[in-house]
Amino acid sequence: MTQVNRLSGGLIDRNAPLSFRFDGKTYQGHKGDTLASALLANGVRLMGRSFKYHRPRGVMTAGSEEPNALVELRSGAAQEPNTRATTAELFDGLEANSQNRWPSLAWDALAINDTFSNFLTAGFYYKTFMWPRAFWEKLYEPIIRKAAGLGSISFEPDPDQYDKGFRHCDLLIIGAGPTGLAAALTAGRAGLDVILADEDFALGGRLNAEQFDVGDQSGAHWAANTVAELASLPNVRVMARTSILGAFDHGIYGAVERVSDHLARPEAGKPRQILWRIYTKRALLCAGAMERPIGFENNDRPGIMLASAMRAYANRWAATPAQEIAVFTNNDDGHRTAADLAAKGVTVAAVIDTRENAPKTGSYEVLAGAEITGTQGRLGLRSVDVKMANGQTRRIACGALGVSGGWNPNVHLTCHQRGKPEWREDIAGFVPGAVLPQGMSVAGAAQGIFPTAACMMSGAEAATDICADLGAPTPAIDLPSTEDAPVNITPFWHVQGAKRAWLDQQNDVTAKDVKLAHQENFVSVEHLKRYTTLGMATDQGKTSNIPGLAIMAELSGKQIPQVGTTIFRPPYTPTAIGALAGRSRDEDFRPTRKTPSHVWAEEQGAQFVEVGMWLRAQYFPRPGETHWRQSVDREVLQTRNSVGICDVTTLGKIDVQGADAAAFLNKIYANGFAKLPVGKVRYGLMLREDGIAMDDGTAARFAEDHFVVTTTTANAVPVYRHMEFVRQCLFPNMDVQLISTTEAWAQFSVAGPNARKLLQKVVDAEHDISNEAFPYMACGQITVANGLRARLFRISFSGELAYEIAVPTRYGDAMIRKLVEAGKEFDAVVYGTEALGVMRIEKGHAAGNELNGTTTALNLGMGRMVSKKKDSIGSTLSERDGLNTEDALKLVGFKPVDTEHPVPAGAHLMTKGDPVNAAHDQGYITSACYSPNLGCHIGIGYLKSGDTRLGEVVRLVSPLTGLDHDVEVVSAHFVDPEGERLRA
Amino acid sequence: MHDFVEITPLGGGAPRVQEINGIVLSEVTDRALASVAARLGQEDEAKALVSGFIEAPAPDAGRLSGSAKSAFWTGPDQWMVEAPIETHEDLAAELSEKAASRASVTEQTDGWCRFDLEGGDLVAVFEILCPVDLRKGQKGDATRTSIDHLGCFVLRRETDLVSVIGPRSSAGSLFHALETAVRAVR
Repeated sequence: MTQVNRLSGGLIDRNAPLSFRFDGKTYQGHKGDTLASALLANGVRLMGRSFKYHRPRGVMTAGSEEPNALVELRSGAAQEPNTRATTAELFDGLEANSQNRWPSLAWDALAINDTFSNFLTAGFYYKTFMWPRAFWEKLYEPIIRKAAGLGSISFEPDPDQYDKGFRHCDLLIIGAGPTGLAAALTAGRAGLDVILADEDFALGGRLNAEQFDVGDQSGAHWAANTVAELASLPNVRVMARTSILGAFDHGIYGAVERVSDHLARPEAGKPRQILWRIYTKRALLCAGAMERPIGFENNDRPGIMLASAMRAYANRWAATPAQEIAVFTNNDDGHRTAADLAAKGVTVAAVIDTRENAPKTGSYEVLAGAEITGTQGRLGLRSVDVKMANGQTRRIACGALGVSGGWNPNVHLTCHQRGKPEWREDIAGFVPGAVLPQGMSVAGAAQGIFPTAACMMSGAEAATDICADLGAPTPAIDLPSTEDAPVNITPFWHVQGAKRAWLDQQNDVTAKDVKLAHQENFVSVEHLKRYTTLGMATDQGKTSNIPGLAIMAELSGKQIPQVGTTIFRPPYTPTAIGALAGRSRDEDFRPTRKTPSHVWAEEQGAQFVEVGMWLRAQYFPRPGETHWRQSVDREVLQTRNSVGICDVTTLGKIDVQGADAAAFLNKIYANGFAKLPVGKVRYGLMLREDGIAMDDGTAARFAEDHFVVTTTTANAVPVYRHMEFVRQCLFPNMDVQLISTTEAWAQFSVAGPNARKLLQKVVDAEHDISNEAFPYMACGQITVANGLRARLFRISFSGELAYEIAVPTRYGDAMIRKLVEAGKEFDAVVYGTEALGVMRIEKGHAAGNELNGTTTALNLGMGRMVSKKKDSIGSTLSERDGLNTEDALKLVGFKPVDTEHPVPAGAHLMTKGDPVNAAHDQGYITSACYSPNLGCHIGIGYLKSGDTRLGEVVRLVSPLTGLDHDVEVVSAHFVDPEGERLRA
Repeated sequence: MHDFVEITPLGGGAPRVQEINGIVLSEVTDRALASVAARLGQEDEAKALVSGFIEAPAPDAGRLSGSAKSAFWTGPDQWMVEAPIETHEDLAAELSEKAASRASVTEQTDGWCRFDLEGGDLVAVFEILCPVDLRKGQKGDATRTSIDHLGCFVLRRETDLVSVIGPRSSAGSLFHALETAVRAVR
């Protein structure tokens, strides 16, 4: 296939031919091409179909602002929809397909929508699908959904990897056009730590797209030489293919670097993209400006594009959309396109200039004071109709039309923190307002300065100012002489009387839609945007917003600045969700915490469960067990009958030391700790400031000035944070020091009638752990395995005679093996979290389900634990009337009257005879299980005045599932209510 | 001597060592750790305790000091002291005795896992791991940061030797994060 529209020159590498496919057809391009430039060179103007009317569309721009030429890149799981052909860097084997068409791009069945365009105007959906109401979900929405959207996705997981990164610099320069390069040279030579970022793969901005010289070399050469010098400076980092997405707080910028998008596949282990967070002292926005189109009848045909884009394709990529072109402009810059293309040998049919005083710029015809009133060519432009200054109409044959309506400074990033741009009459465009994000300055075209020489001067001056602010001496920079033409523009937004003058080509919004919105009183810009969809979707209206505002201003008799702009928000360009996720996906979504006995548990074939980030053994299936209940029932019964072992390392452990440690715990806990003797453990309940129960646990006193506090697994971090807050902010004068030791000690519960006998085989003989020497709630430092330091606590969650024994974590694996070995003669069992849960419910111990953020000590049956003899956090507010009503909820147990019935957690309780509704609600089940000891399901939960209703039969209901049966109110302590076992 | 066999934070019998892209990534298990926090009003004494033990000035905020025995700053008047496990297995007890009522000492050896990265382009590795800027940093920097959601200390022991100290229970996740970053270096 020959490249029929390839011109001479350009910055492509003709020695590096590349082969690619578009819609199944193979084409040739060159290294340095984009997909759009290569397609144009191959004579392909038709690249996509529009969103709503499926109108044939070609490329409109040469950059990231592209609204039309959106394609699906790659195939299989790597397929990416809605990719801009203008930014897709060509590589060998690139595969692209057009989208939103069926069966083919040239013949698209849904183009019939265009015929009904009179109906499909702004607000069509809102007005049409209002009735009948029931039709929306079943009929309208499915049909609309099917027709909606542009590209398609593979529905497969993204096969690529993304990284997130952090960079720091003195100065971030955003944009490497003439302004950015001059600024980077100034700041770089001054020694500032500079990052220069540009979304393009070739740095230089418009210098690569123009023919004028910079000094004694071409603009592109000057840019390349400057970039080479910058890259050689150790204090300058040049980041190509990097889009700055947003200006965030404190001088932090978000950026996406496309590391591998220009390769067929990323290298093994390397990311496709990196989302950078760039911490800056100062930032200089040199983002340049974007050309804007003019609205006229049928201005969306393939071949009609921005004049600057046409010039860029010719100069940088040596490609022209057609061999005969025309230009439609309202300013001098449009003439440059005609001159450049003529110089490349392309026939310029005419320059149509809306200004009466249009300059004569070349050997081609200039039609001053003329307007385009229509165009022809279904799949590609054939000709344009021109209304001459004298009123006559002329048809001019051309295959492409460059349109220039003036330039809009790229103010986006200046507005990310709600800055308002200001209107400048002389350039007919918005420039950055006075309030900029912290540390940001703006230079060059982004500031509304358009001549290249002035841009470079502006960049250098801004950098000099920043250097001065940051205390870096700035050597004088000799800037080369270059293009310095003044801006000469007469605003012209759209040709009057056009019926279908497209403003937002991505969303198929016409000037007429804006009129309709105005007519229906959607005059605020934000309403205009939502009602017409002007400026939505992937391009966010980069080429359409200002013309839309201009028309709204005209209609409402206002000035453009009075109409204002919509809010600019990050990201500046579309960003892959994968880049936002980074490596945090699939099994790496969050870290995993493993217990000290994890390796051993894996060997046993344990079933694991996620508890927060912890992986805990849930139960240990044995051969022949086919249902988890069999394993759990066995673990429970064996523990209660002999002895069971459980890894309880996950419970939070906080080391509390200092002369005021006891006084501090007196503040933290509702019950008293000051008088706890050394060598003893006490159960403690801590309240939030508002009197609600926060967490429970134990505190063991190892010395007068040393406690070890335990927390629930779930609250290990919140409790530690709370205690640090109390220490640092509420009682800074207390002598107390805190540190977490959760992970430092491997802790195991050994529970059951044979617990002591088992431990006596493990604990070194010199430590007496008999009931007399080491009674219930004792604690102490002991040794195991012939001299390894360990800690022993006589505490019980199961209600059995039980201990918790802790060794330094690296010996946790050895400890579990030792306990299992020593337990063999007692038929000891290792149990998981399920059995742990069953036994604590049987014992009526509260856990996270009961400490659910709404319950008080009173509800838990621990009202009297809140000491009135001292002040503790939450004690005063726990006395609030509302928390102490006569019929307050109380934690009690429930047994089904028919023992076959389940007792599901979450079910609600109703007094028999009362209606089942919220007004008569009596409480709810918080935790439930099957108790192998009682041979039936049991539950614990909160019941109004529950402590006085023991023996009453109430209804257990769940209107959602149809559950309704009777349960008896019993003590929450199903097993050993007197506590004899744990003291044995 | 007791008869328990230890396992490393990664769950192995011996520390794991890997070389990728010219960077040696190694699990380090031969150091004992103990936290030292000054008692109220005893800040200078606690500092002297740390300094005396490591035979170097107690590190200021954000710094690490010492060599055979060392310490890094973890908060106002708080340090983590490091010493060879072979000679200081029960480091906390040793320091606690010296501290008397000047400082609170807590055993931390097994609360953490440590991975050292040595050689190669460490700047490139760390810039995709955490906000610690190795380009600007120097030997002796000690920073608390977050790596893949894990609270870690990043210690610059030498210009081209960095220790990452993170929570022991997540050693596998942390090692995976470090290994992935080392592989991603261009």
